[in-house]
Amino acid sequence: MSYNCVVLIKQVPDTKRITGQAMNEDGTVNRAALPAIFNPEDLNALEMAIQIKDKFGGKVTVVTMGLPAAGRVLRESLFRGADDGVLVTDRRAAASDTLATSYILSCAVKKFNPDIVLCGRQAIDGDTAQVGPQCAEKLGMGQVTCVEELIDLKGKSVTARRATGHGWQEVRCKLPALLTVVDTANEPRVSGGKRLMKYKNARTPAEVAVETKAANAGADETTLKKLTEEACNKLKAKGLLIKQWDLDMIEADLKWCGRDGSPTKVHRIQSVVLTAKESKSVDPGEDGIRSMIRELIVDKTIA
Amino acid sequence: MIGVNRNGQVWVFAEQHHGKLEDTGLELMSKAKELAKTLNVQLGVVLVGSNIKTLGQTLVRYGADVVYLADHPLLEHYQTNSYTKVIFDLIHKYEPQICLFGATVTGRDLAPRIASATKAGLTADCTDLQIGEHQAGKDGPVHKNLLFQVRPAFGGNIIATIINYDRWPQMATVREGVMAMPVPDTSRKGEIIEIQVHLKADELPLEIIKEHRQDKKVNLKASRIIVAGGAGVGSKENFRLVWDLANALGGAPGATRAAIDLGFIDRDHQVGQTGTTVRPSLYIAVGISGAIQHQAGMQDSAKIIAINNDPEAPILSLAHYKIIGDLNDVVPRMIKAVKERA
Repeated sequence: MSYNCVVLIKQVPDTKRITGQAMNEDGTVNRAALPAIFNPEDLNALEMAIQIKDKFGGKVTVVTMGLPAAGRVLRESLFRGADDGVLVTDRRAAASDTLATSYILSCAVKKFNPDIVLCGRQAIDGDTAQVGPQCAEKLGMGQVTCVEELIDLKGKSVTARRATGHGWQEVRCKLPALLTVVDTANEPRVSGGKRLMKYKNARTPAEVAVETKAANAGADETTLKKLTEEACNKLKAKGLLIKQWDLDMIEADLKWCGRDGSPTKVHRIQSVVLTAKESKSVDPGEDGIRSMIRELIVDKTIA
Repeated sequence: MIGVNRNGQVWVFAEQHHGKLEDTGLELMSKAKELAKTLNVQLGVVLVGSNIKTLGQTLVRYGADVVYLADHPLLEHYQTNSYTKVIFDLIHKYEPQICLFGATVTGRDLAPRIASATKAGLTADCTDLQIGEHQAGKDGPVHKNLLFQVRPAFGGNIIATIINYDRWPQMATVREGVMAMPVPDTSRKGEIIEIQVHLKADELPLEIIKEHRQDKKVNLKASRIIVAGGAGVGSKENFRLVWDLANALGGAPGATRAAIDLGFIDRDHQVGQTGTTVRPSLYIAVGISGAIQHQAGMQDSAKIIAINNDPEAPILSLAHYKIIGDLNDVVPRMIKAVKERA
């Protein structure tokens, strides 16, 4: 039996590389100043899906919600072995919290009627780990979070080992099901050379529009629109036009999207400045170390 | 979703496995009690499982005013769908204003499922909770007595305070180890409400085939002294220095994610945002540069010693004692000085 897999992926700012320049004066993060990367655990989810396809047959579709620039992670997925990708992008989706995001993603996922939905356990920009379980609820699927190993797929059930925080569990879940995958599950493959050559020119319509505008400086709106359409049609004929959907195309109820669909709101953002209250430099020589240890014994830090 | 219910209780989910209550739920009760006092409402605790009736009284001693006890054979092992159904029904029946869960693997599996079904907001992995007021826009209405859900975001680079003023309950998961454990009071009295549970085995999509319980090899949260090593330690062999210093001090060895990824030590020892949050009396950072994700997990230590050969290492700005030098010289000197005292 073959399996139809959908992988939810996210393009995220590389939070490990946040420096002072990436912070706005009001303490918010200037996303534009950060390199954007493929959310690491989503790569593990993609790898698991590709392994399922390799072993049992079927199809791997990647779905992402984000700005037009997120076309890059879709392309990267195609390089690594995905069959198809969709960018869900819409201004009305801006300011979505995890609840609204999971609603929008679930509307897109429904279009594929998958057997298995996979995603990383959490994304490194928010570390919430909420969108996976929330999508599973919206799709009415069983969920297995923190999957460390996919043990077997048989008929309409999946067997997997999941981390529980105090050991592990082996569970069997009816399909369709949603799995969230942790970074220890596998070693994501690198882009295949042939696939890279095949898909390097794949674009979303939004990317085509940006590129057309850059290449035709000064052209008027009508001309740009026409050129973009022509370029899209050319890509489509070659099978290189990546799907791009808005909220209407996934039949999302706007009431549950974007700001309106998000019960959580930001009250305040503060940037983190961590410093010790009193700090002293200790000479690394024997005497310096000895007097520090003595101090710590006297103040009973060391028993 | 339920509406804004100012008389609603503050609820805590008391996580238990095999009849043993998890620390996180109990820790959370001390904070929840404070919030309930400020709001002048009762503290409700939700206890779900099988053969767990005796735990109800324990929760009262730890501060519960009301315990909602759902005891059913099909609830013996935690399962997302069954626990969600029970708690979802309870929320709609009693309409609490706040629902808190420990940010354990189980809490983070369960809370989003309930929040999604309830269509309520949920904030993940909070490090602090307060009661405060919020004005939506300059001339907008002022919402009083809201739950301020404080959490690090962007890998710990910012602290965000999140609120939810219209679609209640206000839900949050709270990070392990950041709240203090309450002291049980055997004279406390509380109400225990037994819930009727209607579940059928065939409604559950999941079957647990095997379970392996393995307590972490080290209990960092309970250690007064932690000696942690980073990538700068250089090798697994050299990590011996970290173990030796920890042993000399009667402390526990910790590590950064980088050191773990390099195979220097087991993942159970990880301190930081994705590892354990600790606040020992003494934290000694050996060869740790101090990524913000690591700092987030140890910044509340009472005393911090940082040993690094790079005077620009960010960890030094956190340290009470900065030692700029080669850890291969410094650590043996520290071990010697500690042993000499005896």
